[in-house]
Amino acid sequence: MADDTTAPRGATVSPATSTTQAPVVGRATARPTARVAGGRRGPGPAWRKRAEIVFFVAPALLLFLFFVVWPIVKAVQFSLYRWKGFGPLVDFVGLRNYVSVLQNDVFTDALQHNLTIVVFSILIQLPLGLAIALLLNRRLWGQGVLRTIIFVPYVLAEVIAGVVWFQLLQPQYGVIDAVLGVVGLEGPPQGWLGTPDKAMIAVIAVLTWKYLGLAVILFLAGLQGVPEELYEASQLDGASWWQTQRRITIPLLGPTVRTWAFLSMIGSLQLFDMVWILTKGGPANATTTMVTFLVTEGTKRQNFGIASAASVILFVVALTFALLYQRFVMRRDTHDPAPRKKAHR
Amino acid sequence: MSAGTLTSASTGQPPTAARRRRGPKRPGGGSPLVYGLALVVVALTVGPVLYGVLGGFRSNAQLAETPAGLPSPWVLSNYSGVLTNPDFWRYTLNSTVIALVTTAIVVVFGMMAAYPLARYRFRGREQLFLVFVAGLLFPATVAIIPLFILITKDLQLGNTWWGVALPQAAFALPTTVIILRPFLQALPDELEEAALLDGASRVGFFWRILVPLSGPGMVTVGVLAFVGSWNAYLLPLLLLQGGMKTLPLGVADYSSEYSSDTAGVFAFTSLAMIPALVFFLAMQKRIVNGLQGAVKG
Repeated sequence: MADDTTAPRGATVSPATSTTQAPVVGRATARPTARVAGGRRGPGPAWRKRAEIVFFVAPALLLFLFFVVWPIVKAVQFSLYRWKGFGPLVDFVGLRNYVSVLQNDVFTDALQHNLTIVVFSILIQLPLGLAIALLLNRRLWGQGVLRTIIFVPYVLAEVIAGVVWFQLLQPQYGVIDAVLGVVGLEGPPQGWLGTPDKAMIAVIAVLTWKYLGLAVILFLAGLQGVPEELYEASQLDGASWWQTQRRITIPLLGPTVRTWAFLSMIGSLQLFDMVWILTKGGPANATTTMVTFLVTEGTKRQNFGIASAASVILFVVALTFALLYQRFVMRRDTHDPAPRKKAHR
Repeated sequence: MSAGTLTSASTGQPPTAARRRRGPKRPGGGSPLVYGLALVVVALTVGPVLYGVLGGFRSNAQLAETPAGLPSPWVLSNYSGVLTNPDFWRYTLNSTVIALVTTAIVVVFGMMAAYPLARYRFRGREQLFLVFVAGLLFPATVAIIPLFILITKDLQLGNTWWGVALPQAAFALPTTVIILRPFLQALPDELEEAALLDGASRVGFFWRILVPLSGPGMVTVGVLAFVGSWNAYLLPLLLLQGGMKTLPLGVADYSSEYSSDTAGVFAFTSLAMIPALVFFLAMQKRIVNGLQGAVKG
């Protein structure tokens, strides 16, 4: 997340590196220091400046506090009660909801599914995306069109893509089985989405299709930043295309890849739409994710306490991932600005 | 995607300024093998979409007989059926209104909030900014249950456009502020000094100079907000029923309701894709540049 090699003028704290200890401050802290020496002088007295700041920031901040921060605080609160959504919050159960969520096989399976999807998303999309990006980074006829096309699945709503794939994967009319039959892999019908051990494969395949374009576009963007001089130099030195890619291009793409992997992980942990459309988490909970679990508990069974506990656990897992990843993987980018800065000119 | 844009904060340069450099010295060229591979990639990428669109022109009998065939004869009734379906238009209207309201709130409030955060000096500025940055760590999914209760019970906005647009805007605000702040910071100080010397107030500077100059930045965040809102599923799923549903909900409903009518589902889904695809093609540069800004350190 954090390759802030070129901090914007005036930014004293780089946003990405300090996300970790973000203190929640209220609007009240938006107090101006009257006329910082050498700072921006403005027309009017200090109170006016203060009023302007409040006027500008308040709408966004209030909306944000009300619809983002407050519900999350409430989620923590709900998670401590047994509550069916009506009547007052009285049945305080402490951490028992957490215990029952963590002891629930459906949830622990869901957590495992999320982790599986995290791992496979990266294992499959990284090499594929890299290969396609390297391919499209050559001078090709119709390059722009190719790039546009590969990005199309990403633009479609997950739901809409999911509905199409649901039809394609159908056992009777589905074209996937027909194609696989033609290629001679397996005869139809497979019932991809209806068989527990195949449903996850199908979900991962569809997710790969949906999100590969994002990886390619991001990697291509990173490749744009590789200085031409390096290519010239390597050509002068008589390096082959593959040597150039391996020694120059791919290493310089490191920060981009790490950023993408981070996005991919966080997205995989919050997966809902596609799974809901393809399998509703089934068959036999073979493809439940943490979010399908909490949606089912919350809306179908009205177990708001349990659902909230699950969402807090999801949050903790995502946050832990984010912090560990920042700490151990992306830190290199923040502290090693040299190779990328050059690309910036 | 929302978190991705975080890094653009650090570029200190408007994301839209991302340049394409396609110098003459790019390695390699186009051998037949490369084109062949590219074609395979393209086929796998658009194949399913194209299959759906063509499937809408076939009958269910055709689909069952030869799943991988082309329409013969071309059947138009599936598409005309969808286009004369009032539900389809109602869903489209709902999606459009919700996405437009979300986008308007995000752009207006986001610009306003980014301005002091970018160009005023006051104690607590960075902490205030961090509040928004921290918002990236709060996925909407975590807050979904309390949000559902807040909107349906406390605000009585259950089955309304506002009930969806307001929280969607709130969740899009962090990204927006984070993208816009460096954008506003990048505008030269001299501009502001000149304006103030000419007697403009800071508010006047905002309206008359900053806002007009920030067009590209506002378009980027607007596009991101619009696409995000248009494609959203979970929140509308919980909040909207009946005639208030958005297009993704409508597609999902139609597909489960008429699951045996594969051709009809293909037609409905294909038509539902069109707005997003057209919007994407129109705004393609912006979307891609916005994403590129996200990773171009």
